Amino acid sequence: MEKANNFLVGIYDDEDVLLDAVGKVKKSGVKIYECYTPFPVHGLDDAMGYNYSNLPIVGFLCGMTGTICALVMMIGMMGFDWPMDIGGRPYIPLPDFIPITFELTVLLCAFGMTISFFIVSNLNPWSTPRMFDPRSVDHKFVMAIDLADNKQDAASITTILKGSGATEVNKKSFE
Amino acid sequence: MNRDEKFIFTSGAKKKLFITLGIGVLLLAIGVFMLATQSDHHEGGHGHEVVREGFHAEPGHALTGDSVTEVHAQDEHLQGAHATNIEEATIDSSSSVVTDTTPAPTGEQAVMNADSDTAVSSIAAHEDNNKAAEEAVNSSETHHAEHAGPAHGPAEHEVAAHAGGHHEVHWTTRLIKDLWLNNVFFAGIALIGVFFIAFNYIAWAGWSAGIKRIPEAFGAYLPFAAGITILLLIFFHHDLFHWTHAEMYDKTSPEFDPILDAKKGYLNVPFFMIRTVVYFAIWISLWKVLRYFSIQQDLTGDVKYHFKSVVWSAVFVVTFGITESMVAWDWLMSTDPHFFSTMFGWYVFASWFVSGLALITLFVVVLKENGYLAFINENHLHDLGKFVFAFTVFWTYVWFEQFLLIYYANIPEEVGYFLQRLKTDAYTPIFFLSLVINFGFPFLGLMTRAAKRQGTILKVVCIGVIMGHWLDFYMMITPPILGQSGGLDAKFLFVEVGMTMIFASIFLFVILTALSKVGLVAKNHPMLEESEHHSVF
Repeated sequence: MEKANNFLVGIYDDEDVLLDAVGKVKKSGVKIYECYTPFPVHGLDDAMGYNYSNLPIVGFLCGMTGTICALVMMIGMMGFDWPMDIGGRPYIPLPDFIPITFELTVLLCAFGMTISFFIVSNLNPWSTPRMFDPRSVDHKFVMAIDLADNKQDAASITTILKGSGATEVNKKSFE
Repeated sequence: MNRDEKFIFTSGAKKKLFITLGIGVLLLAIGVFMLATQSDHHEGGHGHEVVREGFHAEPGHALTGDSVTEVHAQDEHLQGAHATNIEEATIDSSSSVVTDTTPAPTGEQAVMNADSDTAVSSIAAHEDNNKAAEEAVNSSETHHAEHAGPAHGPAEHEVAAHAGGHHEVHWTTRLIKDLWLNNVFFAGIALIGVFFIAFNYIAWAGWSAGIKRIPEAFGAYLPFAAGITILLLIFFHHDLFHWTHAEMYDKTSPEFDPILDAKKGYLNVPFFMIRTVVYFAIWISLWKVLRYFSIQQDLTGDVKYHFKSVVWSAVFVVTFGITESMVAWDWLMSTDPHFFSTMFGWYVFASWFVSGLALITLFVVVLKENGYLAFINENHLHDLGKFVFAFTVFWTYVWFEQFLLIYYANIPEEVGYFLQRLKTDAYTPIFFLSLVINFGFPFLGLMTRAAKRQGTILKVVCIGVIMGHWLDFYMMITPPILGQSGGLDAKFLFVEVGMTMIFASIFLFVILTALSKVGLVAKNHPMLEESEHHSVF
């Protein structure tokens, strides 16, 4: 996360209010840093203008790596390094290789996607996640606004947030 | 959302179905004409009986040299590894079989070649001298002793599979086989419709509430399927299932088959018929129950029918699990009664399920294109697409699991199944074609998120998948019944396609009629609201 220190945190009681508020706040020219909700809110991604995630592409590339690794490993070992005659089958019996190929594809795909998701979401072990309001993991819906991103001053943004239905607006600074 | 929406089965739609039916009848008529004229000069002594013998040739024939053997004296292939013809058989099939002493297997024998267990297949070794033939007889006798019966192993399968030429099948058998194939295929899709609503009830799925009436209507075909199935079984069970012939269980008969004799506790005609009637009785009555609750809920709005539906759906799913597996053994696996596979029930289920899901998706897309179901959006399509995609992969998984185990274990009774299909002139193209259409095409076509949310792509893929799974059923049923005289020949375009068009138009007519009888939306379904606002990320 880049150096963003001073935030305004709008607290909402209801996910529908938040969903409406996202539209209103955006309309009034304020850039939203992020929303935090206790559960996934349908339509919030669209309202905030997020594009569809690129994670599947990462998954595909990692999976292909797995497929290639598995095939190269088995063909190399069974076909060239130490060929064995098993029941008279060919040295490179592709049907026999498919289960391992599949498993390695799935393994690398899953690991690759999980690790890249953690890195992209700033959930790596050496980072401290920012908690804007502890209630956002329980019953409140939180909209964070980075003051450095916006030209308007804190007072006018507070008015906008209140006007959009926020029950309270707090200031929050991080080191 | 228009909750009182009704599907109107317009005369235009009916006309299209009748035209399809007409084209089907026309194609079939041409096909029958082709079959009848081409088979004229093959007639005489070449009934399907003979084919049956050739296919599961018993040593008795060759040893005793009875009339059937003489009729087919020119067809040494058929006699296979039997003692009197052992030398010819050895020479003839030497190119197609490999022994366990072969140092490096060649490409042609990459699949299903012999190991030390499959003694009979090593009969036809490279050496084609008398000594080898004697050894072969010995080893084949050993094999008999091991299996407490005459050769039923790879020899006959191998020979049958590699005979290359065509066995003489009476041409009507092909028509009967097509009737049976289409009947099983469409009966299965109708059944999957009921299964779809049942598991959606059990899972308390909300998204599908709005399209519930479509799979529900599929069940309306079940009584028709029951009628056709029972008629076909009564009149043609000898053509479809060669285990129904009484002489196979007669110890004094040369055609005595100890393996079938051992199976006769389960595989006998009266029990078979009773089972079939019971399957249909269970399916139809449970469909009627679910349909009754659904209509009552429309009329009264009472939510108790929903809870009752959940309970009866659970009953259906349990009985479906059992009956579907048994149906797969009875109707499909027993066409080749020496073969058995514990995966077969799953495999048939997967094939039916994918075709059923594809047809439901196709119905939703087409109805939406025609102005019905306005509340259906890309989110519903996405879920249907995910279903088709997921179960396409599931089908491949089951199919491949069955193949891999058989390939790896290399047990004669099992390997015969793939020898008949994988390495023969008639079926190899369909074998790989069905893999491409059923796996490669939907897998690549529906892989991306955008493709699943798009009606046109879904429509194309679903049509492909339905045709692909029809081919899959073709591959299950045709080789055991027709031997090597099936396959993608010119007559396929007329006979098989024509028959399928007839069945498809009748099937569609029945379910569209059922669909038009009640509201298109189950208007008092408690989860309709959820279905309307369904969205996926």
